Amino acid sequence: MKARNETRRPDGGAIVDPARQSMMLAALYVAQEQKGYLTKDAVRQVARRLGLTPGEVYSTASFYTLFRMEPVGRHVIQVCEGLSCYLNDGAERVVDYVSVKLGIQPGETTPDGRFTLETVQCLASCGTAPAMRVNDQLYENLTPASIDDILERLMGEV
Amino acid sequence: MAQWQPVLLANVHRPNSEKIDTYLRSGGYEALRKALKMTPEGIIAEVKASGLRGRGGAGFPTGVKWGFMPKDAPVKYLAINTDEGEPGTFKDRLIVERDPHSILEGVIIAAYAVGANRAFVYIRGEFFLGVKRWIKAISDAYQHGFLGKNILGSGFDLDVSVHRGAGAYICGEETAMIESLEGKRGVPRPKPPYPAQQGLWGKPTVVQNVETLTNIPHIILKGSQWYSSIGTEKSKGIKIFCVSGHVNRPGNFELPLGTPLKEIIYEHAGGVRKGRGIKAIIPGGASTPFITGDKVSTPMAFETLQAAGTALGTGAVIVMDETTDMVEVVRRITRFFVHESCGNCFPCRVGGHSMLMLLEKLAAHQGSMQDIEELEYLARGITGRTFCPMGTGMVEPVLSALRLFRPEFEERAAGHMSHSEQRR
Repeated sequence: MKARNETRRPDGGAIVDPARQSMMLAALYVAQEQKGYLTKDAVRQVARRLGLTPGEVYSTASFYTLFRMEPVGRHVIQVCEGLSCYLNDGAERVVDYVSVKLGIQPGETTPDGRFTLETVQCLASCGTAPAMRVNDQLYENLTPASIDDILERLMGEV
Repeated sequence: MAQWQPVLLANVHRPNSEKIDTYLRSGGYEALRKALKMTPEGIIAEVKASGLRGRGGAGFPTGVKWGFMPKDAPVKYLAINTDEGEPGTFKDRLIVERDPHSILEGVIIAAYAVGANRAFVYIRGEFFLGVKRWIKAISDAYQHGFLGKNILGSGFDLDVSVHRGAGAYICGEETAMIESLEGKRGVPRPKPPYPAQQGLWGKPTVVQNVETLTNIPHIILKGSQWYSSIGTEKSKGIKIFCVSGHVNRPGNFELPLGTPLKEIIYEHAGGVRKGRGIKAIIPGGASTPFITGDKVSTPMAFETLQAAGTALGTGAVIVMDETTDMVEVVRRITRFFVHESCGNCFPCRVGGHSMLMLLEKLAAHQGSMQDIEELEYLARGITGRTFCPMGTGMVEPVLSALRLFRPEFEERAAGHMSHSEQRR
């Protein structure tokens, strides 16, 4: 608790510059870019820069699904499991299709470290469902053929 | 009614619609020039008179919200909610990606009206293109003198910055968004104090949805009388309806409020696929109650949807045809809310999880009549017992489905006696 108290005034207010703490999410994104996930060292670094404890940084980071605490593959495939994707024959059907293609279950990474398969909540692509995301690219109106194309292209990448 | 000519979405399908030159050529930033010659009070009065209500789901009158901002506070903020995540909703993403300047012009006018010299865009972490488009738009606006010091010689200063969220639906709730902007976990704050009193870093803050802001330049240019002449008595103006699910042409359709669901589904969205009948409709995003297909004539307005037992919400219409498995639909929506619960309030965190476990059982044909009763009991218990509206949003689909489609749930539990039957 000692470390935490150092960042708080007796009345509970923050001693740390509030504008500096507001850089938390941006700093975590930068930190995550290095290894693809937040290493313990990265969390410590962010904490030091923002004048917070690693625990406080971890607490915030763990709240947000886009911050990862475990290594992931180079291509992270996120399949939307939202209602509109489900109504458009997507969601689990897309998950299963990709799963068979890559030989991994949701939450797993291929042994070569190239692909991670995940399921996510609504991607705001309900009008162009089914949808999935690979890293920073959104793919909409998915069909088995278009998924084949996407995966083959990614597999061809060095 | 004559065919509505889009105003808010007039630009989105033009080539290079996201560029400032395209926006300027179509009369962009003219409203800003006009607004800066008006008094802030005059703008607030105009927005109040227009009858515009927030388009992010809650439907609070925009001008009234601006009027709550204290006049004498030295530091005030504006936050722009681009955290669109309500299942079924995909309008704000379209505007941000295709016409960011139409939002930014509304932002500058709103900031001038409430006296904020700092504005913060909060955007969903998943919206990679949206982030780029927001940053480019803001940068170009600075170049043209629409942002920064002494905007267009008016003496008004405004700086805008972009903050990326990181995957948390709850940050669309205004106080959770403020927490997230401060670099914390996105846990909603108790209200009062409202953000207009104590918001970002304790300063008066107005939080406004993207679609709401895109209405502002049009209200300033064409006047509140023009705006309030559109729509119904209690639902003024225009709305972007996001239509998805079992329809032939899903998409965003900008129409006057009060347009019947039927017209939106059958004329604009091309009708139900394979000519099937409609079993259920979610009219305003996943947290609004279902209505049955026979209510398809209901006008899409605040008051008419309320009378039909549901709500306008974000205007996200999800259509489910007669073959839809409602138990699975409810399970899926509940899983979303359980996943997105911030975990702060016990009824939402634990109650939601318990509801999901019962729905999983029922969906897998392993439930009982008692499970249905417990599900209803839990849903009623969560209602109104959470800090933020998410608790209520979580139970609306469950309670309305149990009211409208109970036989489907009971079929899943067939062969099992209900709790009350066992006691008899």
